Amino acid sequence: MAENDGQHLLGLLLQDEQALLERWLRDAAVHLQGRASSAELERAFRDLLTALAKGVSGGGLDLDHEAYGEVRALLSELSRDRARRGFTPSETAVSVFSLKGALFDLAARAGQGTDAILVASRWVDALGLLTFDSYVRAREEVIAEQSEQLMELSTPVVKLWEGVVAVPLIGTLDSARTQIVMEKLLQTLVDTGSEHAIIDITGVPAVDTEVAQHLLKTVVAARLMGAECTISGIRPQIAQTIVALGIEFGDIPTKANLADALLHALRGSGVEVVRRRSGGGR
Amino acid sequence: MSTSATGVDELPISSGDDVVRVRQLVRTRAQGIRLSLVDQTKLVTAASELARNTLVHGGSGTARIEVVQRAGRSGIRAVFSDEGPGIPDLDLALTAGWTSGGGLGLGLSGAKRLVDEFDIDTEVGRGTSVTVVKWSR
Repeated sequence: MAENDGQHLLGLLLQDEQALLERWLRDAAVHLQGRASSAELERAFRDLLTALAKGVSGGGLDLDHEAYGEVRALLSELSRDRARRGFTPSETAVSVFSLKGALFDLAARAGQGTDAILVASRWVDALGLLTFDSYVRAREEVIAEQSEQLMELSTPVVKLWEGVVAVPLIGTLDSARTQIVMEKLLQTLVDTGSEHAIIDITGVPAVDTEVAQHLLKTVVAARLMGAECTISGIRPQIAQTIVALGIEFGDIPTKANLADALLHALRGSGVEVVRRRSGGGR
Repeated sequence: MSTSATGVDELPISSGDDVVRVRQLVRTRAQGIRLSLVDQTKLVTAASELARNTLVHGGSGTARIEVVQRAGRSGIRAVFSDEGPGIPDLDLALTAGWTSGGGLGLGLSGAKRLVDEFDIDTEVGRGTSVTVVKWSR
């Protein structure tokens, strides 16, 4: 029975390949509204049709059959590409579902009954689900990559002065980020031979006990390497919250803003900052 | 996240990302009732502590955030519930500096000081539920 259905489907696919392709392209293009070039679509669909015919002739209707290997590869490549280019899931899946109309037309013209149409419909649905799965997987990969990049991006260690480096922290400070911040800071201390490190938390929205603990650990690590550490960017609401929480920063110098912290570090390293007397000539 | 007609948001807490989501939701709600910046920060920090406690000690749980009214004042009530091991010695757990999990030991006691109302309901083997309220001034 299943074999027979497969034969019908194969018949349809091979019957008038050009007509099928044209109808499929037309239907898909309506939904994509010019977001993908027609040449590109045609190439993708032609490859898919060839692979589909191969799949049906070797594996019948069973998409898990190894004969469908090429189809699965093409579909996941298509969805991956669409996901990365910002197509919506429906814009991606509609390319596959558009095959239905074309197949139904051919089936009707060949005088095949509703059974054949139902079989073709289920088969296309399964292909569509396959596309959905690969699309979601590709999207998840993109998200994972982005959060990794964000983590790297958001923790720069900058040199402010000879012997003074700063880490402007922005966003949430969790264990994973603390680890990266600490590694980068300690490495920069070694590379630049700096004796002062400033950790600026202006961009950290909330300092809870976990964040505080991570900050303290980073400071202790920097101190072990012989660097003096200052925490700056403590806004009024953060200060009050820290007091209410009962967190003690001990003898770690803290400053309201980065400028004060820099001044503190400069003085610590023996640099005196003086304003040039105005009107004193050149 | 589900919001019902009464404006109760319920979020699952099962990963570190969920703690961030709880924090963001509490901040949005606190801004919605015009809590002062200091009170916002206090409430958000308390929510962060309690959500992390739910995750670390309870394994996982839920956070329910809602806006409440009393005598013409608005407030935010947050309830953190888990079905974890419960707290055997509540007085000890509320002692500043005592920790069972390697933290600073200030989370629970600190959260209590950061909010206006604090209620804890725990039973060993059944779980823990912490309710906090912060009122606007």
